[in-house]
Parts: sequence; structure tokens; C-alpha cells
Amino acid sequence: MSTAASHAATPAPSPEPDRRDTAQGRSAGRAWTRWILKRLGLAVLTLWVVSLIVFVATSALGDPVRAILGKDFAVSPERVAQIRAAMHLDESLPQRYWIWLSGLLRGDLGTSIANGVPVSELIGAKVANSAFLVLVVTLIMVPLSLGLAILAARHRGGPIDNAIQVVTLALAGVPEFVTGILLVSLLSTSVFHILPAVTVLPAGAMVWQRPLGLILPVATLVIAVVPYLARILRSTLVETMDSDYVELARLKGIPERLVLRRHALPNTLVPTVQVSALQLAWLVGGVVLVEYLFNFPGIGAALVDAVRNGDFPVVQALAMVIAAVYIVVNLVADALSILLTPRARTEMVA
Amino acid sequence: MNRLAGLARDPKIVIGSAITLLVVLLGVLGPLLAPHGEFDIVGRPFTHEGSFLGTDYLGQDVLSRVLYGGRSILLMSILATALGMVVGVTYGVLAAYAGGWVDELLMRTNDVLLAFPQILVALLVLSAVRQPSWWVIVLFVGLAHAPRVARVARGVALTYVRRDFVAAAQAVGEKRWRIVATELGPNLVVPLLAEAGLRLTYSIGLIAGIGFLGFAADPGAADWGQMTNENRLGLLVQPWGVLAPVLVIALFTIGTNLIADALGSHAAQGDS
Amino acid sequence: MRGLEVGLVGRDVDVIDGVDLTIRPGEIVGLVGESGSGKTTAGTALLGYARAGAAIVGGELDVAGHELRELSPTQVRNIRGVDVAYVPQDPSSALNPSIRVGRQLRELLDLHDIGTPEERDRRIREILPEVGLPGTDEFLARYPHQMSGGQVQRVALAMVFLPRPQVLVLDEPTTGLDVTTQGRVLATLAELCERFSVAALYVTHDLAVVASIADRVAVMYAGRVIEQGVTRDVFSSPSHPYTRALLAAIPHLHRAFALKGIPGSTPAPGRRPSGCRFHDRCRFVAEECTTIDPPPVDLGNGHEARCLRIAELPPWDPDDRVVADTAPDRVREPLLSVSDLEVSYGRSTVVRDVSLDLARSEIVALVGESGSGKTTISRCVGGLHGDWRGRISLDGVELAPTARARTVEQRKRIQYVFQNPYQSLNPRRTIEQILLRPLALFGVARGRQARDRAAALLESVQLGPGVLSMRAGGLSGGERQRVAIARALAAEPDLLVCDEITSALDVSIQASIIDLLEGIKRERGISMLFVTHDLALARSVADRMLVLQHGRLVETGLTAQILDHPQGPYTQELISHTPQLAAAFSDGG
Repeated sequence: MSTAASHAATPAPSPEPDRRDTAQGRSAGRAWTRWILKRLGLAVLTLWVVSLIVFVATSALGDPVRAILGKDFAVSPERVAQIRAAMHLDESLPQRYWIWLSGLLRGDLGTSIANGVPVSELIGAKVANSAFLVLVVTLIMVPLSLGLAILAARHRGGPIDNAIQVVTLALAGVPEFVTGILLVSLLSTSVFHILPAVTVLPAGAMVWQRPLGLILPVATLVIAVVPYLARILRSTLVETMDSDYVELARLKGIPERLVLRRHALPNTLVPTVQVSALQLAWLVGGVVLVEYLFNFPGIGAALVDAVRNGDFPVVQALAMVIAAVYIVVNLVADALSILLTPRARTEMVA
Repeated sequence: MNRLAGLARDPKIVIGSAITLLVVLLGVLGPLLAPHGEFDIVGRPFTHEGSFLGTDYLGQDVLSRVLYGGRSILLMSILATALGMVVGVTYGVLAAYAGGWVDELLMRTNDVLLAFPQILVALLVLSAVRQPSWWVIVLFVGLAHAPRVARVARGVALTYVRRDFVAAAQAVGEKRWRIVATELGPNLVVPLLAEAGLRLTYSIGLIAGIGFLGFAADPGAADWGQMTNENRLGLLVQPWGVLAPVLVIALFTIGTNLIADALGSHAAQGDS
Repeated sequence: MRGLEVGLVGRDVDVIDGVDLTIRPGEIVGLVGESGSGKTTAGTALLGYARAGAAIVGGELDVAGHELRELSPTQVRNIRGVDVAYVPQDPSSALNPSIRVGRQLRELLDLHDIGTPEERDRRIREILPEVGLPGTDEFLARYPHQMSGGQVQRVALAMVFLPRPQVLVLDEPTTGLDVTTQGRVLATLAELCERFSVAALYVTHDLAVVASIADRVAVMYAGRVIEQGVTRDVFSSPSHPYTRALLAAIPHLHRAFALKGIPGSTPAPGRRPSGCRFHDRCRFVAEECTTIDPPPVDLGNGHEARCLRIAELPPWDPDDRVVADTAPDRVREPLLSVSDLEVSYGRSTVVRDVSLDLARSEIVALVGESGSGKTTISRCVGGLHGDWRGRISLDGVELAPTARARTVEQRKRIQYVFQNPYQSLNPRRTIEQILLRPLALFGVARGRQARDRAAALLESVQLGPGVLSMRAGGLSGGERQRVAIARALAAEPDLLVCDEITSALDVSIQASIIDLLEGIKRERGISMLFVTHDLALARSVADRMLVLQHGRLVETGLTAQILDHPQGPYTQELISHTPQLAAAFSDGG
């Protein structure tokens, strides 16, 4: 043992640079403020570009008046002129965009062409209904996926794992309205007549007052999002269970239960958040077909109606709502990911 | 060579290909097998007259319409997927290989496009173009895929762009396009095929979904998506008008998704 | 703990079998072997643990008074960490990235209810200074990524010693550390083992490290211990041909050895030959070696080796492969010159004021620890890194920063060989495609002629023409690096830039690559810029050497001159921390 034992006696004057970041409370707060401001700026910029695209797609491509009047377009020119004036259609495109955008910024979403009601009034309840639907689906999706992933990872290679893998793989690609139709025909028509096939609400009621009508839409969306999420989480979990630090934990004699809970699961939180956000963002669009199928009084069905009626103020408003939700969900997911990753969290402050 | 052999032995590939091939054959050869014509009225609406799947909302034969209804939707899905792959892969690989601010700019732009769920892209276009021709649908479904493909393609390309064999090619003065074609290209094939399989799965879902919402290119024509919409009202009395096309779509998506998943895991293995 | 015989099975195949090892309290036994020898498997077996897909199937595991094979999984788990502990290979990936260090240290004490909570806390704060770390709240609240590699390894040591285990398994615990850090960690380890009377098994591929720390050593090959004994005995009179071949592959700081590799490669489990497992690669093989499994031969003082022909082997002379160092008065005809090179990444400058020159048919070693800027310099010379200031010229002609901006002729004359052959060859292309490309690009040969040339190139790196049709993905690390060298030679360069080209390879493979480079230099008169962190390797390879520290050149001169009479304090420190084979015996231990 000739290697200079003298070095051990005193704490070694570390020749390696000490990578500790001097994280002070105040500078952490400042770093977070800077990060949030930067991301908010970026989000606003994105939303602005989104508004441009939405406006161009809805206003510039087609002729809304022709769409509204249909056959009347050719026979009543005075109606045409009247509507054109009401919708500022004689102004230039940039001016119309400005009128729309400034209204948007004031919270004025415009007036529905189909029935002359302010758009905000028209979609308010529907946004709440859809938000409730998505919320319920999310609350089921995350624990269910995580549970399936843990179950599969703990029995890796066994029959339980294989069964979960086969079922989730088969379901992962099936379109949501296909699943929905199959569920309807199974549970509310031919085979069993248990659940209502469509959501019928008395005027003014909200969806949560008729929970039975929620079951099929929720089930359809859950089946649409859970398989993919569960598969991703299972593979992350399996990868973590194969990592060096999990092996070390086992070699330290830590019981498997604790290995999973303390060593493996915390390191799968970030992928869980990220992929859940991805699925959540998908859900906001995915509700369209499902709501249409079940006549669910939400933004999806409203969007389809508005598109069919050429009610472009409603289309614009709903498109902006959906894009905004996507942007916010991503922002929150990124912030959570940083908070949950010690490395990202401490380095952001540095 | 043994990579291909390994793929051919994977049960997921075998079963997936068999299912996919079956549905494609059904779509391509269907019209030849159909007992009745696409528009023939064979009985009263929503009854069990006609062949064994009964009649639809107009009294047309459901089985015949299912057999007729695959060609357009399958062709459109494949074209839309191809379009989305070409645009997305070009964009993503370009971003990865260029790096630096070009990459940053391209990917930020891509982020904006990602804020539109695919069904929203479809509806926005449909709000402007009420009666889309088939190629309009192909165009926007394909373009709706592009930003998502671009993100995946960039990710895959990035893992190879930083490998030393790319640096080695640069050091001997290899032309840029040649590096992309001969050094990156062969490594991207399998992962991108996996992505293409996934995109095909989503394409058919989306195009069928458009038909389901009642915006099909050719109203009245037999089409798996549109049939689900036409016959919804009869779901209680004659479920097969809806169930038959829905089951075929489900089968096809299961098949393509199996292939995509198998290719994906092979790509992950080949990397190590 | 006494007497250990282990057999493992993974898919009906022996990973290791018939391994006997005894480790006494206070003793460190080195378990040495190349990759595929089963040394890590033997190490973790001491904890009653086998990786997924393998299982302990036979033998006795008597560890710290427990017969592990007769205990239930729960009982084995209760022994782990407390009676027998494990120090992982790469602590930076073995510490949990999302748990604070303090909690990771406490975990085992909490689990086994050792002492009161206050006592646990006190013990942690007491042990940290012993491994050279501060026992402060601030330190305990850190995450692993907030520490340097050396600190992480010290935390791993502290964690292991906390429950006062009787047996310790160390699995290459200093891989990836710089020599100075490695030296300090080894010293700490030796001290702790002695103080706590721990029986330690030190698993490593590095014979020099074993020589400096182990009391006894066991050499493993293809799942077997083929020789073991007191460290000094094994290294001064190695008796198994494999041990000898391994020793002959190891470079020496103070003597320029001609390094000799071992032909072939270690057989994988399931493909091991009958009889003596080394017979297909052995220089002294005889008829009976192919059929008879050699029993251990006792050579006295606990020294034993498994070879049938021990008596017939010639005596071991470590110095029979010494070659002359480069003469100081050699005429130097300059080829490459670098002056005032400065490189920055963002705001930090990684290379400053570096000037060097390289003569024809000369090998210059660029030596330094990680972060010294040695690879950056080589990348600038190779035109792979374009953002630098200064002047690099070839035969007096100044070179453009990037390879792309240089002339075809300049690109042809300087060829680069990368550190990691797993990354530098495109796994999807065949070797033929890989070799034909530079031939075509530089107009060396075309068509049929080019294919002949490719086969000839493979032959010059000792690979058969059958390799041509294979893909890079199907070759071993050593074979890949040979192909990478052949690719560089295809351009018929004047200068080869070799960036740590042996660091990803086993010592015996490293030796054969070095042997190959020597031959190339001799026959083709090619100059080389040889980047390495291994001072001893530089002695065997390089005519002259340059020592780098924090991006500056601190010492330049003839290799022999620098290593035997270092002038700068940094070079002296590097040399003193470099583990040496000879240290265990000639320096008097």
C-alpha cells in the first residue's frame, strides 16, 4: 500500500472544482421569476402566431357570407350587404384582424352569426362542461396508468405483464370514436341496455348534475389515453429498475417494496408529468369526436356545429381556447418537471 | 441482414402485418367480391334484408358498402402519411443537422404548429372549405402530421448527428448531403418506419373521424368513416351498419400499431 | 469468511464456475480480469446477488459467519449492507439522482434500526471527515449531481462503511476518476479497511491498481480463477501463461516496454473451449491442454496456478521486452506546428497559449487529466473543432480552422482516429463501404483495385478479408478500432491524430493496438499525435511528450526525460499518483 497514505489523513484539498451551486433563497426566487417571465413571453408570442393562423384559416380562405346565406346568397344582395357591414367584411384583412384581436384582448369574443348571441355567452357553459369532462378523465388516467405500469413492471415478463402489454398495445391505436361506438353498442343498445347513449340535459343544467350520462364519454376517453400512457410509464419504470442505483439499493439489502417506492418511482415522476401533459393536450382535441358522438354539450360538439353552420366567430374563439389550453398545459408540465428534477432545479438557480 | 430476419420473426410484426394485409386486401379487392353494387337499394332501410349484415339508412347493402368503402379511405390515409413523413422528416433532420440558431428557429416555429391538435387543424380547414375534395383532406391531414413527425425525426437524428462517425465524415470533407444520405439515412430508416406506422394508424383514425363528423369528400359514396355517420340513427335497430365499418377500422389500426410498436422496439435495440 | 465456491447459470450457461476465494479480516484481495472474465459476477455473488437472467446455482458462500446459500431471500437481504457491503463501479450513476446525499447515507441505518436517530446522525457526521468530506448540513443536503466524481466516490465509501460491515466488495470503484483523485480514494480506502478490519474483495481490470492496494491477488479468465497468491509473488513470478501475457501487455512508467497483446479474444460464456480455457490463445499450448481441465498447482505460500505445463515454462523475466527510449540527439524534421492556440467554449477558455511541433516519423503524446484540453487540441488539429485562434501549419502551410475549409490534400494528410470505436464507425455500413469511401474520396484507388487495397489495409491491421462484408455493429471493440485505424490509413496520411484510442479497450487489446501503431510508424513513417491520460502508456508509445494542465502546457520534452526526471510540480504529482506494478515489490511496499 504504497500510494501516499498521507493524503487520507487530512480532508483532501479537492483538486476537482466544487460543483455546488450557492443556492440562496432570493436568487432562487429571481431565477424562477426570470424563467416564468421568459416562458410566459414565449407563450404569448406563440398564442399570437396561433391567432394569426386561426384568423387566416377562418376568414381568408372562405366567404362567410356565402356560407351563412347558402342559396339566399344569390337572390338577396341587400342581406349580403347588411351582413358584410355587421362583420366588417368591407374592411381590409389586416383591419379585420385588428378588430378581432383587440376584441379578443378586451374579452370580447364577437357575436355568433348563427343566432346573434355573444360568443362568450354561447360557449361559457360548454367550456365548463368540457373542462369537467377532461378533469374527470385526467383524475382517472394518471393513477390508473401508473397503477398498470407498476403492476406490469413488478411482474416483468410474467403473464400479468404480458396481458397488460397486449391489451394496451391493441387499444393504443384504435381511434377514440371507434372505441366510443363499440362501447355504446355494447353498453347502451344491443347487448346490455345499461347506460344512456347520449347526454341529454334539461336547459340550463350542467353535465355534473347528470353523472350517468358522463360514464360513457369518460370511459371512451380513458380507453383512448390510458394505454399509451401506461406503456410509456411501464418502459420508464423498467428502465429505472435496471439502473445502477436501483441495483445498488438491492445490493444494500433494501426490500423490493422500498426499492420501488423510494428509489424507482421518484425518478419516473418527470416522465409521468411530461407524458400526462401530452395526453392532456391531446384530450382537449380528442373531446371533439367523443362529444359529437355522445351529444355531449361541450366545446367539441359546439365546434363541430359552428364549423357546419359557418359560424366563424365561434370557430375562432374555440380554436383559441383549445390552443391556449395546450400552451398552458405544456408550461405547467415544464415547470413541474424542473421542480421534480433536483438537477434541473438546482442548475436553474446557478 | 440478420436485422431483417429478426424483424420477420417478431410475432408482433407477423400478426400486425397479417391483420394489416387482410384489411388492405379487403379494401382493394372488396368491390370485386361485393354481392351488390355500391348504391344498389336492396331492401327497406335498417332491416336484415340484403346480405347477412343487413341494410343501411337508405336500404343499401351494408356488406357491399363495407367492401366498397375501403379503397378511398386507405388510399387517402397512405398518401396523407407519406406527405406528413416527407415534410416532417425533411424539416426535422434539417433542424438536427443544421443545429445552432437554425435548429432553434425551426423548432420554435414547430412548437407553434404543435399547439393545434390535429382534429382542430381539420376543423379549421373544413370551416373554410365546406366540401373538401379528397386531395384537400390528404393535404391537411398530412400537414397536420408534419410538425409531430418533425419533432420525432429531429430527436432521432440528433442522437446520430453527435456521433463520431458523422464527425469522421466531416473530417475527410464529405459533402453535407452525402453525410445525411449515407451516414445518417441508414440509421434513421427503422425508427422512422416505426413513426410512419404510427402516423398511418392516426391517419386512418383522423380521416375516418372526418367522415364520422359528416365532412366526407364524396357524400353518399361508400366510405368506412362516413358510413358510421350515416347509420348512427339506426344503431338501436340495425347496429351492423355502424359496427361493421368500425370493426374494420379498429382491426386496421391494431395491425398498423403492432407493426409500429415492433419496429420501434427494434430501433431501440439496434441502437445499443 | 472462509471458503467460497460459486457456480452461476444464466440460460444454462456457466458465467463463472468453480471459483474458490478466501479473504481474511483486514485483508484486501484483488480480483483481476478482463471484460467477460466473470469478475463482477463473482464479486456480487458474495452478496448472494446475481443480475437478472443469472442465478447462483452451486457452491458454498460462507460470508461473515453466514452460509448464504442456506438462507432465505429475506435473511440474505438483512445481511446485505450490514455484514457484507458493495461499492459500485460508477458511483455517479449508482447514487440515486433524486435523493439527497444525507438521506441516502441514513437509509440503511434507518432500515435496520441501528442506534437512535441522534446516534445515526452523529455517525454520519463522524464518518464523512474520515473519507475527506465535510460533515455539514449543507453537504448532507446536496444531491449527487452537485458533487465532483471524487466526492461521489467518497460518499459511496462512507455509505458502505457506516454500518461497519465485515466484508466489502469493491467493483472497479475508481473507473473514470483521474489519477490524482484515484490515488487519494485508494489511500482512503486502504486506511478504512485496515482500521475496521474489513475483508475486502477489490474487483478490477487494472493490474497496476491491484499491485498498489491488494495483499493478495486472484486472476480470473473465462469464469475461472487461473492464478492466485500473495500480490508480490504473483507479479514477480507469474506462473500461468495468461497472467504473464496480461503482465506483458501493461506499460511501465520508467521503462519503455514493447507491449504485446494476446491474440484472439476472451470467449463469451457458452463458447468457452474444453480443457484449459486459455489453450486456444496460449503460446505454450500442448496436446493435453485441449482436453484436460488443469487442477490448481500449489507453488508455495498460498500461490497456486491452474496450468498443466507450469514446470516447463521458461523463467519470467519482466525486462525482456524493454526497448530503447528515443535518443535525445535524433534529427527532427518538422511536419506539424501549432502556435499560440487558444480555444474557448462560451465564456470559459479551455486551451491557452499552446504551442507544439511534431516531426516526421515521430509520435508525440499529449498527456493530461480530464478537462486539461488535450482532446480539444487534437480536434483543432484534425479540423473537427472550428472555433479557435492561433496558427496550425502543416509543412509550413497554415491550415484553415475546419476540415471543410482545408484543401483535399491537407485533409488527406491528416487523419483522425476517435476514442470510442463504438461511435466512430457507422453501425449500419459494411466495413467494405467504410474503407472504400476514403479511397475514392482521396483518389487513392477505384474499382477492383480499391477492393484489393481495402483487403490489404485490413491485413495491415491484422484483420482477415472476411471482415469486409460485415457491418461495424457485428465487430468487437478491438476489431472496430482496428477498422477505424485502417480507415485512417486508407487515405495514406502523413499524420495520424489518435484521441485516447485505447481507453475503451481491455489492456491486452490496448497492447496489440499499440503494437500495431509501432509497426505503422516503422513501416510507413507516419507521425502521430497521441492523446492519452495514461503516463505509462506514453512511455511505451511516444518519442516526446507534452503535459497539459487546465489548458496550458506545463512540461515538454523527451518522454523518458520527463517521466524519469519531472521538473514541474504538476508532472511530479501526476507521476506519484500513477499506480505502478512495480510498486508492490521493487519499492519495498
